Amino acid sequence: MKHLLSTLDLSRADAIRILDIAEEMAAVGTREVKKLPALRGRTVVNLFFEDSTRTRISFEAAAKRLSADVINFSAKGSSVSKGESLKDTAQTLQAIGADAVVIRHGASGAPARLAATDWIDAPVVNAGDGTHEHPTQALLDAFTLRTHWSALHGHTSLGSDLSGMKVAIVGDILHSRVARSNLWLLRTLGAEVTMVAPPTLLPHGSKVWPCTISYDLDATLAGGIDAVMMLRVQGERMHDSFFPNTREYSRLWGFDDARLAALDARDTGETIIMHPGPMNRGLEISSAAADSPRSTVLAQVANGVAVRMAVLYLLLSGDQQRPAPSDATRPAGL
Amino acid sequence: MSTNTTYLIRGAKPLGNQGTDILVHDGTIAALGADAATHPAAANATVIEAAGQIALPGMVDLHTHLREPGREDAETVETGTRAAALGGFTAVHAMANSNPVADTAGVVEQVWSLGKRSGWVDVRPVGAVTVGLEGKQMSEIGAMADSRAQVRVFSDDGICVFDPLVMRRALEYVKAFDGVIAQHAQEPRLTEGAQMNEGEVSAVLGLAGWPAVAEESIIARDVLLAEHVGSRLHICHVSTAGSVEIIRWAKSRGVNVTAEVTPHHLLLTDELVSSYDPVYKVNPPLRTETDVMALRAGLADGTIDIIGTDHAPHPSEAKECEWAAAAMGMTGLETALSVVQHTMVETGLITWADFARITSTAPAAIGRLTDQGRELAVGEPANITLVDAEARWVVDPYAMATKGRNSPFKGLELPGKVTHVFFHGHPTVRDGKLGTPRLSEAF
Ligand SMILES: [Zn+2]
Repeated sequence: MKHLLSTLDLSRADAIRILDIAEEMAAVGTREVKKLPALRGRTVVNLFFEDSTRTRISFEAAAKRLSADVINFSAKGSSVSKGESLKDTAQTLQAIGADAVVIRHGASGAPARLAATDWIDAPVVNAGDGTHEHPTQALLDAFTLRTHWSALHGHTSLGSDLSGMKVAIVGDILHSRVARSNLWLLRTLGAEVTMVAPPTLLPHGSKVWPCTISYDLDATLAGGIDAVMMLRVQGERMHDSFFPNTREYSRLWGFDDARLAALDARDTGETIIMHPGPMNRGLEISSAAADSPRSTVLAQVANGVAVRMAVLYLLLSGDQQRPAPSDATRPAGL
Repeated sequence: MSTNTTYLIRGAKPLGNQGTDILVHDGTIAALGADAATHPAAANATVIEAAGQIALPGMVDLHTHLREPGREDAETVETGTRAAALGGFTAVHAMANSNPVADTAGVVEQVWSLGKRSGWVDVRPVGAVTVGLEGKQMSEIGAMADSRAQVRVFSDDGICVFDPLVMRRALEYVKAFDGVIAQHAQEPRLTEGAQMNEGEVSAVLGLAGWPAVAEESIIARDVLLAEHVGSRLHICHVSTAGSVEIIRWAKSRGVNVTAEVTPHHLLLTDELVSSYDPVYKVNPPLRTETDVMALRAGLADGTIDIIGTDHAPHPSEAKECEWAAAAMGMTGLETALSVVQHTMVETGLITWADFARITSTAPAAIGRLTDQGRELAVGEPANITLVDAEARWVVDPYAMATKGRNSPFKGLELPGKVTHVFFHGHPTVRDGKLGTPRLSEAF
């Protein structure tokens, strides 16, 4: 693993290794001194072409807990917004001596371009690219799922995967980098995935994806689901004819109070409700659902730091024992 | 002014047939076969040993972006026509999306005279259908047709003539000048922000899709319009299996429609986009294997009439960036012959005689070029391309004459090398290298 660009590139062994190291890192977060010397003297650049305070501070906290130096390079108000190219920015970071680049970009594939070109040699971590992928979000989601799944079954989480788990991903699949990264990773870890969305918000080519596709959230929930992952509905979708209005969206595809009540009537909390944040309360998720004991929203945030510590550690610590990526879950034709 | 130089081509195989001698004298084919060497003019001839090589009528491209005027950083008429000559062409049609747009007699005459001055191939300007390619007001089609550039092909290429009434009027109007409307078929609303073919690959890559139906719906509309008004319609760069079916249906009804396919759509698929390398970004986008096979079949059975390169050079900064920010387009003049040989001739789908039809005779007929796309016969203009079909070469964009380095075939080994090109009897290419331009009459 030279870069982390897509969860498609992660083998089962890679993914479990990241999650296992993240568990060790999570333990650091509970100590009084939340710091390890592992990356002392190394420089991590957070190169953010899109605003995302949540993701940036998560990576920043992760790098700092490993004692790395952190440079935050925000495109807003910098030379980048004055037309400097991705290439020039990358070469600048190379000249500065960046040891790793964490990139968030509005264009799908921008991190892959950095990794494939000779503009910069440093490992590249995709912190969300366009409507493509957000692999560390999927890893922190998998971490959260694994913690829940192993506790539920009374086994140790270390070394385990998500075999047998049923996960529903609900909402704007078409534009969601979180959904794509989660699908590949959850499949690699043995979970079953159902994508629930209005047909307008499913990619045209998703028929061949290794998941079940449903237009009916209630039927999916009634079928027995261990975790429901609600996706954020972006404001601009509401004005582009993907669905009639937010009221209808919320009624058909939102996790509202009625669905929470139906879930509470069926089980005693075994099904968890996830959201990558930031939430539109009252649209894709009701406040009662977001604040219920089933909600893992805050655990996801905390796990994000641990998982990003693990990724930076693996990419920068020079460990050569990592297994090679596998194509196991790559869909046909790729 | 004609050239007084005489060339005796020995042993070349016209259209791949039996080897023979061809005497080129005073810009025309003076003799063939046994007569060539005994012809009086042969005494002073320069001998070209071409045993085993294929002799073809000079290739004619109906779809070239020469970028001049306005984007001389990307290409000029001089560099683009050098590339054309090296690729085996003796005529190219320069698309109208220059800056200023070729929508007046003044601009098309400027491009025409730049072509004359360069002297590597015939440059036939394409006129814009609408002023500024804006799709609203018809440009001065009559003035362009009557100008020295003698424009016969009109296109807003790069942009679809979307308004059905504007398209209808344009189809009707060009009848007065024996013109043809060459449509870039792309429904604009269905392709807003489109980045690549919509399908399984775009779903994984998270790139906005350019659906096949956006091309097919416009072609369906336009063949019906062309039938209704009885006009000539040409479809640029057909890229989908569905488009081939619609055109096949239209032809069966007797609609006066012709169609073109690019070499890249005959070979490459959207799976290449998985690299996010913008060298594969093009409009219409690379499609699927099913589409590629349907395009080859359509070209072989005559549904698709011609090869058009859609040669679209870009400066390197337009491709050295993230996918969404990159320009669309690929170079193609210097690889067209090899890609068509590889995909169509070596697969047994067509013969070299078919190759001559789809790269020379048919495009010349669509563009109403009277002295191009002719038979290799005594008395005809000596526009001849010689090809070493046995040769193989590795594509190196940096070794090309075009300014564009954006070849999607970079690094591929392809068959077929253009060895000599005679442009009205003048050797613009000799031994695979650029010869000299043909000095023209006053321009
Ligand atoms: Zn076009």
